[in-house]
Amino acid sequence: MKRLLARHETYIFGIIVVFSIIITAINPNFLTLENAFDILKSNAFTGIMAIGVLFVLISGGIDISFAATATIAEYLTVLICLRVGGSMLFAFFSALVIGIILGAVNGYLIDRFAVPPIITTIATMNLYYGLLIVFSKGRWIYALPQYFRTFADIRVITLYTAEGLPYGLSIVTALWFVLMVLSAGLLFYTRLGRSIYAVGGDAISAKRVGVSVKMVRIFVYAFMGAMASVAGIVQALLVQAVAPNSIVGKELNVIAAVVLGGASLAGGVGTVSGMFLGVMLLAIVQNGMTLMRVPAVWYDVFVGLVILFSVGSSSWKVKKEKVGTFIDIEPLSPPMVQEGGR
Amino acid sequence: MVSGDSSITMQSSFLSMQQINKRYTGVQALFDVDFDIQAGEIHCLAGTNGSGKSTLIKIICGVERADAGATITIGDSVYTQLSRKDALQHGIQVIYQDLSLFPNLTVQENISIGDTMSGSKRFISWKQSRTIAIQAMEQIGIALPLDKKVAHLSMADQQLVAISRALTKDVRLLIMDEPTTALTKKEVDALLSVIKDLNKKGVATLFISHKLNELMTVANRITVLRDGKKIGCYQASDIDAKKLEYLMTGTTSSYTPYTLNKERAGTPVLCCTKLSKKDNFHDIDLTVYPGEIVGITGLLGSGRTELAHSLFGLNPPTSGTCTINGEPVALKSVQEAVSMGVACVPENRLSDGLVLDQSISKNIVMTILDNHLSSLGLLDDEGLHEKVLEYVEALQIKISSPSSAVKTLSGGNQQRVVLAKWIATNPTLFILDNPTVGIDVAAKSSIHSIIKALAEEGMAVLIISDEIAEVLYNCNRVLVMNRGRIIGEFDSSSTTENDIQAFIDFHAM
Ligand SMILES: Nc1ncnc2c1ncn2[C@@H]1O[C@H](COP(=O)(O)OP(=O)(O)OP(=O)(O)O)[C@@H](O)[C@H]1O
Ligand SMILES: [Mg+2]
Repeated sequence: MKRLLARHETYIFGIIVVFSIIITAINPNFLTLENAFDILKSNAFTGIMAIGVLFVLISGGIDISFAATATIAEYLTVLICLRVGGSMLFAFFSALVIGIILGAVNGYLIDRFAVPPIITTIATMNLYYGLLIVFSKGRWIYALPQYFRTFADIRVITLYTAEGLPYGLSIVTALWFVLMVLSAGLLFYTRLGRSIYAVGGDAISAKRVGVSVKMVRIFVYAFMGAMASVAGIVQALLVQAVAPNSIVGKELNVIAAVVLGGASLAGGVGTVSGMFLGVMLLAIVQNGMTLMRVPAVWYDVFVGLVILFSVGSSSWKVKKEKVGTFIDIEPLSPPMVQEGGR
Repeated sequence: MVSGDSSITMQSSFLSMQQINKRYTGVQALFDVDFDIQAGEIHCLAGTNGSGKSTLIKIICGVERADAGATITIGDSVYTQLSRKDALQHGIQVIYQDLSLFPNLTVQENISIGDTMSGSKRFISWKQSRTIAIQAMEQIGIALPLDKKVAHLSMADQQLVAISRALTKDVRLLIMDEPTTALTKKEVDALLSVIKDLNKKGVATLFISHKLNELMTVANRITVLRDGKKIGCYQASDIDAKKLEYLMTGTTSSYTPYTLNKERAGTPVLCCTKLSKKDNFHDIDLTVYPGEIVGITGLLGSGRTELAHSLFGLNPPTSGTCTINGEPVALKSVQEAVSMGVACVPENRLSDGLVLDQSISKNIVMTILDNHLSSLGLLDDEGLHEKVLEYVEALQIKISSPSSAVKTLSGGNQQRVVLAKWIATNPTLFILDNPTVGIDVAAKSSIHSIIKALAEEGMAVLIISDEIAEVLYNCNRVLVMNRGRIIGEFDSSSTTENDIQAFIDFHAM
């Protein structure tokens, strides 16, 4: 119990519960299965990118270019699929190749030239995005291959509303969940995963225990690229159109969601479950504001406040946790019995 | 006392190296050093601060590369350059001077990480990791909470974690760069007995320490470095601490005891009554008069460091009162403490005392910027520069230039920068937590004489130290703390080291 209270996740979960109660009180439609499935579907895109961001943050880095990567992977893949045909599997494969290459380039540059990752990825963001706009001339693609539509409509679980309309757990939500489970396993149960934490904690120490810091760096940025490219395809599935400018600009919200979930910008800290809660908190705030008919322009203000409040409250808690030796205070003879510390 | 056990010596050389040179920008850290270590030997490396000990160790364990021309032989393999992977394969384990732990990971994971990262396993067995951690800690007789993050441990506990981490099952050469700086006699003894056990199993140990007595009791051979050159390699049975000091420094030092020449009079600089902090210390009554040097010693985890933190405003007490120069203080913030003239040299110099990436001069003047503002509110650069040179000179800090980054200094020289920084504030109450940890014998006595001179001018000083000799010979009074309480007070003019040690041992049981 005490362990649970000490966890960041518990706080975020608490905040989510409070928000849910408030929103439901105003609009009971919030707390329905239908709405829940809807939130999970429309946030799969952000959520998948957040997995990549989580890895990068744990390793002590940061990536600003992933939205550009996602767009390029999405745009090029759809173009290729339209030219040469293919299938959904091929689409994911092609996007992954593009995403991994672009991400690995980031990782290589950051490790090779020791330029701070924020600078490197701002540069590559501009480069990637700039090239895309130049070559696509900003054109949208409306006519996606038919299999994009059929795939997007797949439901893993199907239920029916009182009026007999079908709803349920979308395939993209399932994809997001599968990726989260795999990533959590990778972070917790593999040597690679622990190396990422080690590098984020102290890169020099990591080198001294035999971790190849370079490989870890390249891996996390390549992984970020992979997640971004999958998210790009998910975006195409959700919107059923591809716009070169629709994703870029969302980077900071994704990073904020991950930090909200307990990852530290200083590196070494973060969990998949926390990240999920962080994404959900922002999603619920957004959804709730729509349901409560708050004008959309207020959204950013609320997001800012929510981030300040939750990040602030948990770091205040950390500050209270004191560093100390385990002192076993000598008990006084009664009547003043001092409780033995640890 | 000396265990120059010649029966087990010199059958097989575990590692030998010739022609080791290492040049950093601006300094030649090592000149043509030859070095060898036998299997099952305890070998000590001695030398003043900045003589190249840590550098030599880093080359042996593969984290730094020697300059061209070196030959390194381990068993049958010959290298011109050794990588960290090679060294790990030969079972070379290191406890680094800066510990090199992962603050974000738990005690368990820090200890077992060597096992996690070596070999060909791709998956982690947390059960095995737990077993490894528990076993390693059992070897030195400790039981830290496995799930606590290392960032939340005290310096001494961190050192214990670093030691446990190095005690893996396939260790062939255990290298320790000042492993005992924050530890007290009890843990040091436990560590030394582990070392002796390992040596019986044929594990070689290479050991650096500035505590010469400690070094003499365990070593078989001692290699002495001075200014990057090897002076020689001696059988421990052939030399004693005095001789060793002479070999290291070219001179010998002597302690002059501190006596209070005035009566304890006037307003006390510090006066605490019934100061308590939950789980840290209890009912501390402490009065320090101007000109006094009061020593506090005791066992690890006796609450000394926490008391020092409290007096400096870092760890607000839960009850009791405290006055500084007669004025009551709440001890709620460092700013308040500094404005009352309190200075504190922390125990953990790396995380609390220095900005490692900044220059030496910036670190020294950090605390006194306010006193060197011109009428326009700009910094008086020339005045500051003079101040820096003055302290570098007084504390004999070995540097290539005041503008090089502090992290390029040797461990002992970093500690001197911390001292300089706080002496510069000219405090009325100066708290020193293990101030000469990692500082060589010669420099130690010069730091002690600086502290004594400051006290003679009326500063009140509180020295916390595990070395009984240090508090006894530099203080007029010595207090012993145990489990959060002050349990004894000694007048240093009428006490011996053995009296205090016996008193501590008695209460430790
Ligand atoms: N990264 C570096 N860059 C530049 N100079 C360095 C660097 N590391 C060490 N040095 C210099 O090399 C010399 C030897 O340093 P080293 O750390 O080996 O000393 P040491 O014998 O371990 O001293 P101590 O007892 O104080 O730990 C010092 O003059 C130091 O300033
Ligand atoms: Mg050193």
